[in-house]
Amino acid sequence: MYQAIVFLPLLGALIAGLFGRVIGVRLSQIVTVVPMLVSAVLSVYGFFGVLEGGHHDALVVPVADWFQSGALSVAWALRIDTLTNVMLVVVTVVSALVHVYSVGYMSHDPHPQRFMAYLSLFTFAMLMLVTANNFVQMFFGWEGVGLASYLLIGFWFKRPSANAASIKAFVVNRVGDFGFALGIMAVFATFGSVDFSTVFAAAPAQVGKTLHFLWMDADVLTTICLLLFIGAMGKSAQLGLHTWLPDAMEGPTPVSALIHAATMVTAGVFMVARCSPLFSLSPVALEVITVVGASTAIFAATVGLVQNDIKRVIAYSTCSQLGYMFFALGVGGYGAAIFHLFTHAFFKALLFLGAGSVIHAMSDEQDMRNMGGIWRKIPFTYSMMWIGSLALAGVPFFAGFYSKDMIIEAAFAHGTAAGQYAFSMGILAALLTAFYSWRLIFMTFHGAPRADHHVMDHVHESPLVMTLPLAVLALGAIFAGFAFAPYFIGHEREAFWGASLVLPSVDVLEQAHHVPEWVSLSPTLIGLVGILFAWLFYIRRPSMPVELAETNWPLYQFLLNKWYFDELYAFAITGPANWLGRVFWKQGDGMIIDGFGPDGVAAAVRGLSARAGRLQSGYLYHYAFAMLIGVAALVSFFIYRIGPTH
Amino acid sequence: MTDWPILSTVTFLPTLGALLIALIKGDEAAVARNARFVALWTTLITFAVSLLIWIDFNPGTADFQFTESAPWIGTTIGYRMGVDGISMLFVILTTFLMPICILASASVHKRVKEYMIAFLVLETLMIGVFCATDLFLFYVFFEAGLIPMFLIIGVWGGARRIYASFKFFLYTLLGSVLALLAILTMYFMAGTTDIPTLMAYKFPAEMQFWLWLAFFASFAVKVPMWPVHTWLPDAHVEAPTAGSVILAGVLLKMGGYGFLRFSIPMFPLASVEFAPLVFALSVIAIIYTSLVALRQEDMKKLIAYSSVAHMGFITMGTFSLTQQGVQGAILQMLSHGIVSGALFLCVGVVYDRLHTREIARYGGLVKNMPVYAVVFLFFTMATVGLPGTSGFVGEFLTLVGAYQANTWVAFFASTGLILGAAYSLSLYRRVMLGDLVKPDLMALRDLGIREIAIFVPLILVALYMGVQPGAFLHVMDASVQHLLAQQQAAVQAAASVALAP
Repeated sequence: MYQAIVFLPLLGALIAGLFGRVIGVRLSQIVTVVPMLVSAVLSVYGFFGVLEGGHHDALVVPVADWFQSGALSVAWALRIDTLTNVMLVVVTVVSALVHVYSVGYMSHDPHPQRFMAYLSLFTFAMLMLVTANNFVQMFFGWEGVGLASYLLIGFWFKRPSANAASIKAFVVNRVGDFGFALGIMAVFATFGSVDFSTVFAAAPAQVGKTLHFLWMDADVLTTICLLLFIGAMGKSAQLGLHTWLPDAMEGPTPVSALIHAATMVTAGVFMVARCSPLFSLSPVALEVITVVGASTAIFAATVGLVQNDIKRVIAYSTCSQLGYMFFALGVGGYGAAIFHLFTHAFFKALLFLGAGSVIHAMSDEQDMRNMGGIWRKIPFTYSMMWIGSLALAGVPFFAGFYSKDMIIEAAFAHGTAAGQYAFSMGILAALLTAFYSWRLIFMTFHGAPRADHHVMDHVHESPLVMTLPLAVLALGAIFAGFAFAPYFIGHEREAFWGASLVLPSVDVLEQAHHVPEWVSLSPTLIGLVGILFAWLFYIRRPSMPVELAETNWPLYQFLLNKWYFDELYAFAITGPANWLGRVFWKQGDGMIIDGFGPDGVAAAVRGLSARAGRLQSGYLYHYAFAMLIGVAALVSFFIYRIGPTH
Repeated sequence: MTDWPILSTVTFLPTLGALLIALIKGDEAAVARNARFVALWTTLITFAVSLLIWIDFNPGTADFQFTESAPWIGTTIGYRMGVDGISMLFVILTTFLMPICILASASVHKRVKEYMIAFLVLETLMIGVFCATDLFLFYVFFEAGLIPMFLIIGVWGGARRIYASFKFFLYTLLGSVLALLAILTMYFMAGTTDIPTLMAYKFPAEMQFWLWLAFFASFAVKVPMWPVHTWLPDAHVEAPTAGSVILAGVLLKMGGYGFLRFSIPMFPLASVEFAPLVFALSVIAIIYTSLVALRQEDMKKLIAYSSVAHMGFITMGTFSLTQQGVQGAILQMLSHGIVSGALFLCVGVVYDRLHTREIARYGGLVKNMPVYAVVFLFFTMATVGLPGTSGFVGEFLTLVGAYQANTWVAFFASTGLILGAAYSLSLYRRVMLGDLVKPDLMALRDLGIREIAIFVPLILVALYMGVQPGAFLHVMDASVQHLLAQQQAAVQAAASVALAP
């Protein structure tokens, strides 16, 4: 069954990708959508098996050998445990819905076959990632989703901005992969294996030991965990390696929903959870993750406040929510992190697809400053955006309420300085999240229409093939939290997770159930305050945002320009790299190596042979002179060589 | 195993084909057509026969197999042939690439007869290099191989072909002279030129030092390692497409093969001694040439510089002296042979149509050349080292090996992952993506049947090597283990001597 879940999408991708031109659009859609739906149904079936108390030990389904060199042995295999099952449901369900949605969304595109093939290829790579039984196979999936992301961001290949964004995504992710790859090397050097079971079983014996890395003798597990975490930061767009994610919005909107919200960007969260037996043994690494996560949560939320592109607002929101998941991991609340990953997948995919519906309705307009006043025309999409936003803001009884509250409570309960930092940033970011979510709703749907009448006349609700996936996601955004909280974070959690998560010595989720009243209430209250502020700013007194921006001009510019990360990197990294490349090429290769090497020799030979010509014509003195110089050179060479020893 | 001399057969079949072509007479068009026909069939048959070597090969032993021996010059120098798990794969790589090169030469119209003869002779010499188990015989093949390559660049090359071939010649000459001196010294010391005997012979530590350096001069130029790499971009730019494929695919591998066949087994102490030097040059090569590749304006030059960076991984892995590093290096050499050969073929496709290699002249080709776009993207991803393609496993294993030897080396070399992605994707973007606006580009047609026939086997092999590299690693396993065991034994023996009072 699990082979079918993983390989059916690959089958679809191959057929649509290689023969899409031959079999046509409709058949390509069928051969990708149907396997994907089958895969999703099977995943849900497997998931309910787990809920009923299915397997607790990891089930390993061997597929084939991969490579073996000395002690390093790597096989293709599918590792199935609760964590995998959760990810399978998230990936296949959202992917299947996005596949269906794309049939409608891409109906006017000249290359729908290619698009469907890429989506299925992505899904296959993501499934390989979450079912990996060893670090190298995970790296395979990791890079595979990177490839699919590159292809899909650059799907509209005529746009220079899309091409630039796709390369940026790939290269920035490669910076993360650089850490991931080094982490795998360190794992192999330490444990003599890259298999999860072997490594995890041997991890406790490594506590307190050191390894030599670069100039230092560092703690083994901390070094390994931090290297792996660099990989997670790249894929999950954490502060510093986040710059590719907003640009990735150049891709078609279904891509943003699937890859850059629900699944691929959560791979880093999954990786840390998968390696919880390692991370739980390294308090330092967990602390770093907490701080990075919390900083990302607040950073992205501040930037999200002032963006005007509807998709970029949601992109920064994703970045921020990923920060929540990371600091949840950092305080040891793995279950809460994965739960938020789970609920977030539904409501964020809903928001993105809803935004796609808006963009579709507004004739491909993405700037919210050119929207407004359309809620009566597309009431279904409007209500979907409300549901998504309510879930995102953590309003009670929507999905995000359960997961986000638990994360914030866990941070508080953790009791460390890092935990306190994460708690305060989490609360503050919750305020901002609610604010920018309703800013989005109000700017997009309310107020006077700011688009011209051609666009406005054309505003229409999307076809059923697009609205149906929205409805399914909305169900998830409403009920996924309430229905599954007992399993992920509640009393059933130990039975549910089984051995797939290894907690630090203290179970932070247990403590989180006993935090003071004000702590559990504050995320909700602060969220409502955020909504209220958004209403004040954008409905009650629409002149306020402009006034505020004018009075705080530097701050506004700082946020609008995303804290100037892109400019900083261009100045500090891309610029020098390009400069060095040119210097090495022109000066290094051209002037120095060639100049003193072959060109110099050639010139010297030409000079010599010209002289040789004269020599042969009878200049005896020159012969003598040349010989003398030669002898002198030899003698001085020997004196120089022998000199110091005497 | 029968007594049938299969290695000599595979080695000299191409020469036979060359002789046949030399006999062809008639009007120019007929000669060209027949020469192509004979060359293609010769290389295909050679490939088929060479596969028998693989089929009959016994991976359980590190000894040389299919050995042949005949007296040649005097009593010591003999015609000795044999392959082990390391050299056998290079023979197959050579015979696999040759028919592709012949097919890719359809755009050569000048002196086709002589062109085909040069390629077939070159094939004999290249296979000879990997099969020779006599030092002198090896040297003859190794050096003689330069002559047809020199001619291919000098006669069928581009505008600056004289400069390029001269530069190529100058660099290799320096290495060759030193290697010859080393070979003579070894002969006088050990009294034999038999390679298996020499591998067991223990050269004094002091002598190993000099001999290692002399061979290094020769192999480093061939690889090429930084800073003796500058002949490569010029040679590639001026060489005809098939010449580039052979140059990148096989000739560059001779240096790496030389390290494995001579430097490590014969001078094990010096190899340990000089490993830091090799590491330093490898890491510099990876970073330096990757940065240079970022700035290239000529497609072939960019790929040539990326080749130098990839070869950096190979020398690094080789001198990590670990099982993973050495196996990774061999696998990476095979993979690079396929992938960078294929990339040069990709350049050849558009060069044949538009007669320029300037990147800025292209853009947006994906629109009217979709099949080509897929092929080019596949090999771009393979050169970036995407898991699932052949480029990944080799690169990864060399890094795993290097990490065990020295974490700094692995750290700096891993930056190649980032830089490689940057220059490869930027090449793809500038050539294939964007809007198709230039009128002459709109007229370009997509890949034809012949071109698809060239690329399909390359794609299949690159995928197979990526998903099931075990087939290749298994073959070389025993030989590499033996190589490293011998090397470590020598180092330990030297250490115990040094410790003795």
